[in-house]
Amino acid sequence: MGLIQIGRQGKDGAPDIITTTVEKAVNWARKGSLWPMTFGLACCAIEMIAAVSSRYDMDRYGAGVFRASPRQSDLMIVAGTVCRRMAPVIRKIYDQMPEPKYVIAMGSCATSGNIYDSYSVVQGVDRFVPVDIYVPGCPPTPEALFDGILKLQERIMQKRVFLKQPQEVKRSLKA
Amino acid sequence: MSVIAKRIEESFPTGFIKAVEWRGDVAIAVKREALHQVASFLREDPAMAFDYIIHVSSVDWPDEEERFEVVYELYSIRHRHRIRLKTRVPESDCVVDSLTGLWKGADFMEREVYDMMGIRFRNHPDLRRILMPDEYEEGYPLRKDFPLRGKGWRDTFEFLDEPSR
Repeated sequence: MGLIQIGRQGKDGAPDIITTTVEKAVNWARKGSLWPMTFGLACCAIEMIAAVSSRYDMDRYGAGVFRASPRQSDLMIVAGTVCRRMAPVIRKIYDQMPEPKYVIAMGSCATSGNIYDSYSVVQGVDRFVPVDIYVPGCPPTPEALFDGILKLQERIMQKRVFLKQPQEVKRSLKA
Repeated sequence: MSVIAKRIEESFPTGFIKAVEWRGDVAIAVKREALHQVASFLREDPAMAFDYIIHVSSVDWPDEEERFEVVYELYSIRHRHRIRLKTRVPESDCVVDSLTGLWKGADFMEREVYDMMGIRFRNHPDLRRILMPDEYEEGYPLRKDFPLRGKGWRDTFEFLDEPSR
């Protein structure tokens, strides 16, 4: 968690004082309550649904409260093939999400268009919304999606909340 | 030759071109001038009673003089028989009579053919694009001479220049 545990120890050996930075505490709270927005576009959505339901239980990572409204969510999981006609809708929904917001491109289609190198398929959502995490697979398994979410949580822990991002961190976040 | 094909040949000697049977499926080719009459006959005649239109599609034969082919799939729920009706049009004048007046279900499917292949339907009530946006101007994507990757539409995002809401 990146928290520093010091101080008196109780009889059972558990620390009863924890010190940390405000920044870390805020990031820790943010990463532990990701509210994803359902944006299933194709077969990847089925794996996303499987990831949320009881067999895999995405709620274990604090990311199980799926919302149907972008105004209540901070993580958009774009799961599936993005057609050009859907692009303005995705962008609008992204704009409606409150800050801080994150985007996961789930599957090869959302990442790069996959085999659909055709006139109507956008070659990756990153052409019109900034993407934080790319999850490869066709479709990715729920475990792969979890890996993406855990990577996103690691990244959230690196973000600076109260200070301006140092350039090198910003660059690494962009890459 | 199947009974249906025979009846059509007898009733429309000038409009009928040929009937092909393959694995139990009968396909009848007619001249486009006769298409609406033949379709109307297939729907109204009690022995035919084709009351259900399954699908409307089109084929591009780029090397042939009559380049485009419109294909109608019909089914009779009462008699449980089906037929495929085909007609050809040249590129210079690709207009076919709409069958929406006979089967309402043809409406959207004819719009799709118009959208993807650029074949126009005479007397169609609302001939607009259906899959592509109305303002799409790069042509008809399923034609054989249309580039697979399109002409740049998939990579232009004009909405990014608008102020965010």
